[in-house]
Amino acid sequence: MTNRTADLLVIGGGIHGCSAALQAAMRGLDVVVIEKDTVARHASGVNAGGVRRLGRDYAEVPISQRSMEIWHRIGELLDDDCGFQRAPQIKVAETDADLQDLKDRAAHLRAMGFEHEVVLDRNELRTHLPAVSEHCVGGLASFDDGFALPYQTTFAFQRKARSLGVRFEENCRAQRVERVGSDFKVTTERGVFTGRKLLNCGGAWAGEIARQLGEGVSVEPTAPMMLVTSRMPRFCTAVVGNQSRPLSFKQMANGTVVIGGGRRGRALPETNVSELIFSELRQTAETAMAIFPIMRQASIVRSWAGIEGRMPDGIPVISASSTEEGAYHAFGFSSHGFQLGPGVGEIMGELIATGATNAPIAPFSITRFTPEP
Amino acid sequence: MNSYDVVVVGAGPAGMACATEASRAGLSTLVLDEQPRPGGQIYRDIEVSDPGRRALLGKDYGEGARIAEAFRASKAEYRSGAVVWNIDSEKRIDYSAGGRSHSVQAKSLVVATGAIERPTPMPGWTLPGVTTVGAVQILLKTSGIVFEDLVLVGSGPLLWLAATQMIAAGAPPKAIVETVPRSRYREAARHFAKALRGWRYLAKGFAMMRAVKKAGVPVHSDAADIAIEGEIAVTAVTFTSGGTRQRIETAHVALHQGVVPNQQITRLMNCKHRFDDSQRAFLPVVDESFETSIPGVYVAGDGAGIGGAKSAEMRGRLVAMRIAEKVGNRAGEAAKLRTELAKDAAVRPLLEALYAPAADVLAPADATMVCRCEEITAGQIREAVALGAPGPNQVKSFLRAGMGPCQGRMCGLAVSEIIAAAKGETPSTVDYYRIRPPLKPLLLSELAGLGAEEPREAAE
Repeated sequence: MTNRTADLLVIGGGIHGCSAALQAAMRGLDVVVIEKDTVARHASGVNAGGVRRLGRDYAEVPISQRSMEIWHRIGELLDDDCGFQRAPQIKVAETDADLQDLKDRAAHLRAMGFEHEVVLDRNELRTHLPAVSEHCVGGLASFDDGFALPYQTTFAFQRKARSLGVRFEENCRAQRVERVGSDFKVTTERGVFTGRKLLNCGGAWAGEIARQLGEGVSVEPTAPMMLVTSRMPRFCTAVVGNQSRPLSFKQMANGTVVIGGGRRGRALPETNVSELIFSELRQTAETAMAIFPIMRQASIVRSWAGIEGRMPDGIPVISASSTEEGAYHAFGFSSHGFQLGPGVGEIMGELIATGATNAPIAPFSITRFTPEP
Repeated sequence: MNSYDVVVVGAGPAGMACATEASRAGLSTLVLDEQPRPGGQIYRDIEVSDPGRRALLGKDYGEGARIAEAFRASKAEYRSGAVVWNIDSEKRIDYSAGGRSHSVQAKSLVVATGAIERPTPMPGWTLPGVTTVGAVQILLKTSGIVFEDLVLVGSGPLLWLAATQMIAAGAPPKAIVETVPRSRYREAARHFAKALRGWRYLAKGFAMMRAVKKAGVPVHSDAADIAIEGEIAVTAVTFTSGGTRQRIETAHVALHQGVVPNQQITRLMNCKHRFDDSQRAFLPVVDESFETSIPGVYVAGDGAGIGGAKSAEMRGRLVAMRIAEKVGNRAGEAAKLRTELAKDAAVRPLLEALYAPAADVLAPADATMVCRCEEITAGQIREAVALGAPGPNQVKSFLRAGMGPCQGRMCGLAVSEIIAAAKGETPSTVDYYRIRPPLKPLLLSELAGLGAEEPREAAE
């Protein structure tokens, strides 16, 4: 018979749910992950795989830094290299105004005490990106970032968590979440689960869980679009972005080029369907060709989009519940949560197991969307 | 953007017949097809084949001329060399033609993209010199090319048809290595009485076998454990038949294990599919008028389940009649067509039982490559399942199987079968790859130019 009680119920088997479940289990908690589809079914399994500190919202920089430290030893944590490769992340400036913005950003970060983002002049940019278009004037780099394989990573978190006793209930939708006495009850199509604590990592579906806890936040379902080309000769070893146009660009070890960067398709979370909008994706193609002229010869073999939750202010909710003690949230990563997965999981594991964390998560409180009690 | 009552994708027998019937019923109709001329695979190049080539390809091939003539004479618009690369949920179709992308809007969409050959993973199947029986036929139909030392390996009516056509062309196959196990004849025999309604097909089948025998082509039956040998290209085929290991030296091998519906468009559009145990393939779920689970999306021809060219033509007409009827236009008489369709299908259960795919290709050895684009073996797929990957999409994400330029056409069914077997389930529960656009590789520069063509198109 299935044991439906646990110390911690995690709703959502994406990278954040799996990572937090692992960290809670490492701290001795008995954990069940309740996932409506299969682990890594949506954005966590099909994102562009960027492991990037570069260019983050200033509030995210400290937790991104913490997560990066875990990425650099991800193999030790998960017994799986997650396909992680250290590579420079570079944001390209196409105009002098863009370059000035990048210089200002680097100065701001230095004032905060972070040195990882470095300005590149015209020649330095070409040292790192020999194939970059003639018109690009410079850039901003973070050298110890990289990229990884998203499905392999999330799947590795699941397997490691499972090896520590975490139970995964897949194809099991959380229909109702409620507090009963000192416990949380989660009603699913496969019975009622009971836990002392609850963590909402529901991604695009997290808004409904929060609402049932009495916290009305609006999570917009989005479908960031990506495409991959056929194999090309090696021309780029960095992960490349752009200061003023959405772009995420990387050449994988096998020569294929993965291009994303935020142009959005149509997300239909009720049916799990995401649809590509080519009139939008067209702009991604244009940007890629503008930065790397060699891309004119590239052919697209596939495009896709994973369903992700976006917050109105573009940064996630990483927070204790404001209404129910023992409930927590980590969702709404707004299309840039993959790199944060290992770090936020550690923060949530610590917060849930001990009741406290020294991580600066105040800017991510759910109370910024809910009326103060 | 141009809009049509009916857009048909594919100009084989189903697509041509559907378009002819639809335009006759007063519906504005556009046919998009990849080939330079109508005919599909079965009637490929029918309009330009000379009497000599038609004679060697046989009487049934000539049937295509009648369908193509009616299609050409109809009011349906026809765009050849058009590669459809996306269709969205609103039935907006993006296609590539003449180096540019174009978009059209369909009120009703007819998927008439027919069948593809079943993937046949076996040792050595990726060596240069190995092709498929379907590809051999394309060479014959379009260029009159035949290989001198071709060994046909596998099973199915097409294997015998290709053999007789090669004999007629004066280049008989070096041998036929047939993978039908002896026990199959007993299993298939129970369908024989029903199949007699389709006696013409049976007679044609026996005639083909006689022709092969008369030409003195060696036939190795009940063959199993097939391996294709060679370092940089094929040098030989080896197999077990009649209790002994045999070896045939050759530089050319053509494989075949029957044809299966081409699911790419119906999967892309999220139509419901089911696994058909008799055809051992996924079929889109359709109603009696071949409408899918997505309203206004129809599948005509072999794409809805293998029925052959005659059925494809009839199904195409039925689809057109249904669309016309729905919009209140005068439609042709469907009842008689349905009776004929049932009669034409009578032979199918026998063929499906007799020519079910060989165990060799359904359960390839661990070392056999399954996904050719990304070079993934059956063993790697089984390992991923052992780690906990629940289905084809996770295996795809984990191993890259099905991520290459063919988008799983060459491995999809095999991957579903291998995962199902490894989990002790059926392909029906493990399902299939999600198919994403573009359906065929598309130049990045062409995508960048999308939408720029509208004013020029108006001038065409």
